[in-house]
Amino acid sequence: MQKNINKKIENWSYDIYQVLSKNNARQIAYVPDAGHKSLIEYCANDKFMNMISLTSEEEGMGLLAGAWLGGEKGVLLMQSSGVGNCINAIASITRACNFPLLMLITMRGEWNEFNPWQVPMGQATEKVLDALNVVTIRCEKIEEISDTVSAMMGLAYKSNCISAVLLSQRLIGAKSFKE
Amino acid sequence: MNDYELNRRYVITELLRNRKDNLIINGLGGTCWDVASLGDNNLNFYVWGGMGNACMIGLGLALSQPNKKIIVITGDGEMLMGIGSLITIAVKKPKNLSIVVFDNELYGETGNQKTHTANGVILSTIAKGSGIKNSNIIQNTTELKSLSSKINQINELSFSQIKINNELDETILPIREGPYIKSRFRKTLLGKEALLE
Repeated sequence: MQKNINKKIENWSYDIYQVLSKNNARQIAYVPDAGHKSLIEYCANDKFMNMISLTSEEEGMGLLAGAWLGGEKGVLLMQSSGVGNCINAIASITRACNFPLLMLITMRGEWNEFNPWQVPMGQATEKVLDALNVVTIRCEKIEEISDTVSAMMGLAYKSNCISAVLLSQRLIGAKSFKE
Repeated sequence: MNDYELNRRYVITELLRNRKDNLIINGLGGTCWDVASLGDNNLNFYVWGGMGNACMIGLGLALSQPNKKIIVITGDGEMLMGIGSLITIAVKKPKNLSIVVFDNELYGETGNQKTHTANGVILSTIAKGSGIKNSNIIQNTTELKSLSSKINQINELSFSQIKINNELDETILPIREGPYIKSRFRKTLLGKEALLE
């Protein structure tokens, strides 16, 4: 079952990678998550993309603001708990200056979650993003991921919006801790 | 009160005397007024918020503009809040980025409470331990002149912690509307086409 899910994740991760590549995303900032494993690998193998591993997610707001000042696009990959780390940086840098920002967020703390410590932030993620006026779309189905990421990147970089795509835990599969 | 030799306005004047078209990012608070004290410049990105993120803005800019020199000038309190960013930057090692911390050992905008640098924390040692080889602490005019003779050229990633006294200087406020500061900076650096994308 998990093997099937992993194969599916590889497939839609490749679709996301292609959208990022086609739209000239150069700076790929990330705090790793198991759900982003394949996407991080696809991006890391692309010489056009610059991988920036962050110590904490809020560094991504400064980084991608600086990238745009210099004319480069990018993306921030993280899991839902990272949203909590970003709140002030999203408001006080990205929003305060109308910088474009695309965040791809893998969800924890929902579908069949095993770890109760993940649930409070997972359940608060959408509300927090909403409070910051981040345009947020949840993806539950594989076939909508590619178009959604493409549209949300367009929204960010054409209209100076902050956009977030939430990749649901149902898509990724709950972490089992038993493998 | 500390009794360091260097005054912050003297330091900023020395450092940016030969800036030419170098790109300057400041941290929020005192270093913003210091940069503004030299006069307005389209290639100043005045940071008024987002404490702890000044160096990361510098990193994103340095990676996107490898042929331009970027200088981040921030304070000790701002640097401490984003101390992890030093590690992220050390790993990327952009040659065209210099980070300068004006260290008066105080949170100057909030009532002069002591920062951790007043109690033995050495930022340049943290920078060195993170992997920024060219990390120094600067405490006098001779050391400052040596830094200012190099800082405006692209050489290697550097980190300088400059101990400054807390003589009060005039608060000089630059423009503060974020979207304007951003678009003005981009238009000057990238050309007006950048605003038509």
